[in-house]
Amino acid sequence: MHDALTVDRLHFAYTVTFHYLFPQLTMGLALLIVILKTLALRTGDEQYNDAARFWARIFGINFAMGVVTGIPMEFQFGTNWAQFSRAAGGVIGQTLGMEGVFSFFLESSFLGLFLFGEKRLGPRGHWWAALMVFLGSWMSGYLIVVTDAWMQNPVAYRLGPNGEIILTSFWGLLLNPWGIWQYAHNMSGAVITGAFVMAAIGAFYLLTKQFQTYAKTFVRIGVIAGLVAALFQIIPSGDAQGRMIARHQPVTMAAMEGLFETQKGAPIAVVGQPDVDNQRLDNPLEIPRALSFLTYRRWMSEVKGLDAFPQQDWPDNIPLLYYSYHIMVGLGTIFIAMMILAAWKLWRGTLYDSRGMLWALMLSLPFPYIANTAGWMTAEFGRQPWLIYGLMRTQAGISPQVSSGNVWFTLIGFMGMYTVLSILFLFMVYRVIEKGPETAGGSKQNDSASEFFHEPG
Amino acid sequence: MQTVWFCLVAIMVAMYVVLDGFDLGAGAIHLWVARDDGERQQVIRSIGPVWDGNEVWLLAGGGTLYFAFPALYAAGFSGFYLPLMIVLWLLILRGIAVEFRGHLTTPVWLRFWDVVFSGSSLLLAVFFGAALGNVVRGVPLNDQGYFFEALWTNFRLGTNTGILDWYTIIVGVAALATLVLHGALWVALKTENAVHDRSFSLAHGVWWIVLVLTIVLTAITFKVQPGVPANLASHPWGYFFPALALSGLAGMLWFIRKRDELKSFLASCIYIVGMLTSAVFGLYPLVLPASTNPAYSLTVDNAKAPDYGLRVGLAWWIVGMILVAAYHFHVYRSFAGKVKIEESGKGY
Repeated sequence: MHDALTVDRLHFAYTVTFHYLFPQLTMGLALLIVILKTLALRTGDEQYNDAARFWARIFGINFAMGVVTGIPMEFQFGTNWAQFSRAAGGVIGQTLGMEGVFSFFLESSFLGLFLFGEKRLGPRGHWWAALMVFLGSWMSGYLIVVTDAWMQNPVAYRLGPNGEIILTSFWGLLLNPWGIWQYAHNMSGAVITGAFVMAAIGAFYLLTKQFQTYAKTFVRIGVIAGLVAALFQIIPSGDAQGRMIARHQPVTMAAMEGLFETQKGAPIAVVGQPDVDNQRLDNPLEIPRALSFLTYRRWMSEVKGLDAFPQQDWPDNIPLLYYSYHIMVGLGTIFIAMMILAAWKLWRGTLYDSRGMLWALMLSLPFPYIANTAGWMTAEFGRQPWLIYGLMRTQAGISPQVSSGNVWFTLIGFMGMYTVLSILFLFMVYRVIEKGPETAGGSKQNDSASEFFHEPG
Repeated sequence: MQTVWFCLVAIMVAMYVVLDGFDLGAGAIHLWVARDDGERQQVIRSIGPVWDGNEVWLLAGGGTLYFAFPALYAAGFSGFYLPLMIVLWLLILRGIAVEFRGHLTTPVWLRFWDVVFSGSSLLLAVFFGAALGNVVRGVPLNDQGYFFEALWTNFRLGTNTGILDWYTIIVGVAALATLVLHGALWVALKTENAVHDRSFSLAHGVWWIVLVLTIVLTAITFKVQPGVPANLASHPWGYFFPALALSGLAGMLWFIRKRDELKSFLASCIYIVGMLTSAVFGLYPLVLPASTNPAYSLTVDNAKAPDYGLRVGLAWWIVGMILVAAYHFHVYRSFAGKVKIEESGKGY
C-alpha cells in the first residue's frame, strides 16, 4: 500500500465513485423532468408542473453535489496522472475541453433559468429551459464517456517520434464505436437510477398515504421509464457492449466471466467464485454454451479463456472484476423482472393498492446506484493493466514527482470532506421529501426551489 | 498556432479572474461590509445567480489548457499538487457554504456558513495569487519536465523553492488586495444603503494599498524574473499592457471619486486584465520558467499539443465561445440591477 501507483488508483477510484453517485441521478432525472414538462404542456394539467418543481428541487441539490465533486476529477488528470496527461492530453484534452466549453456553460446558464425563471419564462420558455438542461447534462455525459472510450479502445491516433500520441481525426475520436455503445449503456443506466428513485419516492408516499395524486404519477412514470430503460440496458446496449469487449479486449472478457480455459461451447457462470491461484471457478452454477452463443451467436464457437493470454496482460484484480460484473448483470436482470411485474400490475390497475409491490419499489432505491457503480468498476478494472488499452500501462501514467505520502494525505482529506458532504446531502434531500410536492403553481414553489441552488437570487 | 492558443488560454484565465474575482472578492469582504443577516443576504444574492457560471471559466480554462499545452498541464498540476488540492477543498467548502446557507438558517449555522464562505474566498484569492507568483518566478523543473514543490521551504528564492516564499507571498497579498477592491466595487454596484456605503468606502481605502503593492510588485518582479523587462525592451509595443493596467488603476480612483459605480468596476476589470496580460507578455514564449536550468523551461513550442489538434480545436472553441457569450449576456441581463433589501426574505 505504499507504492504511489496503488494510492493514485485508490484516489481516483474513490473520488470518481463518489462523484458519479450524483450525475447518474441528474442525467436520469433531467429526462424525466422533460417528460413531466411535456405532459404539462400537452395536457394542461397543473399537477405535472407541480411534480416537475418537486423533482427540480431534488435535481438542484444533486447537481450542486455533482459540480463540487466533479471539479476534482478534471484536476486529477494533471495532479495524479501527469505522464498520462502529457502523452494523451492532445487527444483526450479535446473532449474534456469541449465538455467545459459546450456542456458546463450550457448547464449552468439554463439551470438558473430553469430553477428561478418559471414565472418569467412562461410554460413554453420553461419547457425549453428544462430541455436545455437535459441537453447540457447528456452532452456532458457523452463527452466524458467518449473520453473513457478512447482509453478503452484508442482510435484516430498515430504515434510520434518520441512516443507522443497524436490525434489524426477529430470525428474519429468523437464517433469511436466503443463510445457510442458505452454511452447508450451508461445513459440507460442513468435513466434506470432516475426512474427507480422516482418510483421509490412515489411508493413511499403511497405507503404513508401522503401526496397521493403526485405519488401515482411518480410511480407510473417511474415504472414505465424503468421498464423501457431496464430492457434497453440488456438489449441492445449491454449485449453490444459485451461483444465490443469480446472483440477488442478478449482477455478482459475471459476475466469477467471467470473463464480460465479456452473452450468450444463455453458456458456462462451465473454463480461461482474465481480462484486465481488454482485458475478455476469454485462452486460454479453454469448455463452450458451460453457464453459462446452470446459472444459469437453460435453455440459451439470457441471462446478464449485466460490461459490464451500472457499473465502480464491479465487484469490485475480478477476477483473484483468478476464480482463487479456479476453484480451488475444480476441486478440488471432483477430490475427487468421487477419492472415487468410492476408494469403488469399498473396495466391491470392494481399497482397503487399492491402493498407488497410498493414496498419492493421503495426498497429498491439503492440498487441502481450499486449496479451503475459495479458497471463502471467492470469497465475500469477490465481495462487494467492498461491505462490506454494496448498503448500505456497504468504504472507508466502516474505523476513521477508526487510521493505516495502526499497522495495519502489528500485521499484522506477527500474522504473526510465527502463524509461531511454526504451527511449534509442526505439531510437536505430528506427535508425535500418530507415537505413533498406542493399544489398551487407560482411563487411558493419558486421560493423553495431557489433555496437549493444559487440561494435566493 | 501555439501563439494563438497561448493568447486564447491567457484570455480564458483573464476572464476567470475578472469574473470569479469579483465573487471571491465579495466573499472576502463579506463579514466586513455586511453586519447582520439581512445585509449578508444582500451580499450573497449579489453574486448568487452568477458565481457558479463564473467558476465554469476555471474548468473551461483548465480543459483548454489541457488539450492545447498538455505538457504544461501535466507539469504544473502535478508540481503544484498540494496547493491545488487545497484550492479544490476550498472551492468545495465555498460552494456548499453558498448553496446550503439557505437551508440551515438558525443563527449558529448562518454564522458558520458566513465564516466558511468568507474564509475560503479570502484564502482562494491568496492561493491564486501565489500560484501566479510561482509561474512568474519559475519552478525547479527537472530534465524530464516535472517538478514538485513543497508548500514552503525556507521562504527564499533559489532552486529549492516552496510554493510560498517572500515573493509569492507578496503576489498573493497583492492578489487579495486587488480582488478585495474588485469585489467591493461589485458589491457597491449591486447593493444599496449600508452595505453599499461600507463597500464603497472600503474600495476607496484599499485602492491606496493596491497602488503601493502594484509599485512594489512591479519593481521586485523585474528583479526576480529578468525576462519580463527584457521582453518589454525588445518589443516596445508590449508597453501597451502595463499602460492598460495603469489606466485602469487611475480610472478606478477617478470614478470612485465621482461615485460612478459601474465605471469604477469596469476600470477594475481593465486593471486586472492589464496586470495579467503584462505578466504573460513578459513571460512569452515561456509558459513555465525553470529555476534550475533555463534549458528545462517549458515554452509554447515544447509544451504544445500537435498541430492538427490545435487546428480543429480552434474551430470548436470559436463556436463554443460565441454560445458562451450569448448565455452570459442573457444571464447578466436577467439579473441586472440592484439587489433590493425588502426582498431579502425569499425569491428574487
